Amino acid sequence: MSEENFNSWLKESATFPRHVIAEIQRAAKTGLYDIRGYGAKRHVPSFDDLLFLGASMSRYPLEGYREKCETNVTIGTRFAKKPIELDIPITIAGMSFGALSAQAKEALGRGASEVGTSTTTGDGGMTPEERGHSSKLIYQLLPSRYGMNPDDLRKADAIEVVIGQGAKPGGGGMLLGQKISERVADMRDLPQGIDQRSACRHPDWTGPDDLEIKILELREITDWQKPIYIKVGATRTYYDTKLAVKAGADAIVVDGMQGGTAATQDVFIEHVGIPILPAVRLAVEALTEMDMHRKVQLIVSGGIRSGADVAKALALGADAVAIGVAALIALGDNSPEHENEYRNLGTSAGYYDDYQDGKDPAGITTQDDQLAKRFDPVQGGRKLANYLRVLTLETQTLARACGKNHVHNLEPEDMVALTLEAAAMAKVPLAGTNWIPGINGM
Amino acid sequence: MNEFNLDQTSVRELNAALHNPDLAVNESSWKITNSKGRHAVAVGIDATLDVQINGHVGYYCAGMNKKALVTINGHCGAGVAENMMSGTVRVKGNASQYAGATAHGGLLVIDGDASSRCGISMKGINIVVKGNVGHMSAFMAQKGCLVVCGDAGDALGDSLYEARLYVRGKVASLGADCIEKPMQEEHRAELQALLDEAEITECSANEFRRYGSARKLYNFTIDNVGAY
Repeated sequence: MSEENFNSWLKESATFPRHVIAEIQRAAKTGLYDIRGYGAKRHVPSFDDLLFLGASMSRYPLEGYREKCETNVTIGTRFAKKPIELDIPITIAGMSFGALSAQAKEALGRGASEVGTSTTTGDGGMTPEERGHSSKLIYQLLPSRYGMNPDDLRKADAIEVVIGQGAKPGGGGMLLGQKISERVADMRDLPQGIDQRSACRHPDWTGPDDLEIKILELREITDWQKPIYIKVGATRTYYDTKLAVKAGADAIVVDGMQGGTAATQDVFIEHVGIPILPAVRLAVEALTEMDMHRKVQLIVSGGIRSGADVAKALALGADAVAIGVAALIALGDNSPEHENEYRNLGTSAGYYDDYQDGKDPAGITTQDDQLAKRFDPVQGGRKLANYLRVLTLETQTLARACGKNHVHNLEPEDMVALTLEAAAMAKVPLAGTNWIPGINGM
Repeated sequence: MNEFNLDQTSVRELNAALHNPDLAVNESSWKITNSKGRHAVAVGIDATLDVQINGHVGYYCAGMNKKALVTINGHCGAGVAENMMSGTVRVKGNASQYAGATAHGGLLVIDGDASSRCGISMKGINIVVKGNVGHMSAFMAQKGCLVVCGDAGDALGDSLYEARLYVRGKVASLGADCIEKPMQEEHRAELQALLDEAEITECSANEFRRYGSARKLYNFTIDNVGAY
């Protein structure tokens, strides 16, 4: 029997497909749950389920490359003396030195700076390379407080209080011992080679009332200069947004469940949190009800890949987006040029997610000096800048098609949904109807 | 001496003045009155100042302090000297939760009692408490010393890293991976130096027990599943 005929009559179980069987067998063999990087791999309702209604009889489009479509955004206008001015509404999300090599962090700074946007530190503190190559750098205040110090706080352009992230709302970080080099260990005040548990709760405040006082302290330390963001994983987004506003945030970052991570249990990545599609709408509703939409800026992240994703997030009311995994892919993560090495690691280009192992052949998610040296931060920065420009051009293309001279003028009324789920979550009509489930009709 | 009456000037004006290098150079002695439980008093100092606060303070007093000596002649709220880098903070009264949280350096002395989670995630600070500390003190403590002249509450040193804990009185219970360790001469010397620096003369290093990490939870292994 030929291979083709042999396979043709086999029926794979929908309940137990091969990857599920492989995971059960792996768990039985090792007794350990699966820890990996990357973001959720399951299908969830997403921006792909929305479409723009281009201009027609009732609306004028703008001429591409001729009529201006602005992309700038200002973040931190509520309280900060020095808000951040971004040329494009696409920022780089927080990723730590430790999770990433110093060269990769430098490339993120270079790429972001070239197109006039910001990058963000991560668990583990701020490196001189990152500060030096980032014209606008957001400094994260995380529960672990690894590397946190007032000097870097004052060097930052903004401060992001991290309460959670989309890949693991309610979970702390982990950096496994194999990635704890001497430099990483020193920055985190821990011994080399041990697993570093980043706490899931902040050590010196509990609840939104305390957070308000914590933010007051940060503002006092930095003389009210810096915008202060609050980042949450998308879960109870409506309430989290209201509480963040009450706590005194200048900006809110909502990270959907598709958001990436350097190392987390697979069960956490795939089963906790909500997609960014409904989260954007919930956050905007909360801000609008408090008369804070556009006054407290909203940055959303989690699975942003294209200018279409950016435009749809902005149309739903976000002020900007952040990218993480997509930025790493732009740098060279999962590139086919490393296919042979991926195969040696038991994976393939396009599937590699073992960021926690530190064996990344692309030299990005590693602390191995030899692997990290393969990565050229100048070239990486250029690739990232190219990618960010493409995202921006695509966003402008869609905005012009809808007749907008600023990408922020995109609105929910410019879109329809392809599925009932997306219509209900994004609160835009199902294509070809006026029906918004949960809003009008059934 | 610079004097600030917080009934007449705001905490913002006070902190701005403390951050002003010109003022700091001209006058190193500062007196703050009528603090009345206000939050974020004397935070973010980066100069060798001597700051006396007469009254109680709220959250995060002397937060992220560098170089300065800050004395609180009263009780303090949560997170006193949080993330301190260097210098000395002395609380003449009691301290609420998270005293010295995540601090990287310097000395925190609490003449009274400290509440729960004293020294949580400490990263190099030395903390000396003349009275008792509450539960979960030194949780995930990484570096530095926590000295407790009185008793310690439940789960002392839970998930401890390399911080050293010295307790003179009773310990209600030890947290995960925290064990008692023998007092060697080097530890007695280290402890006595800290007691001297904290100006505590009522007890000696010989009266303390030492606790530290068993280092069994440093790397994830299924053999420790009962502890997770």
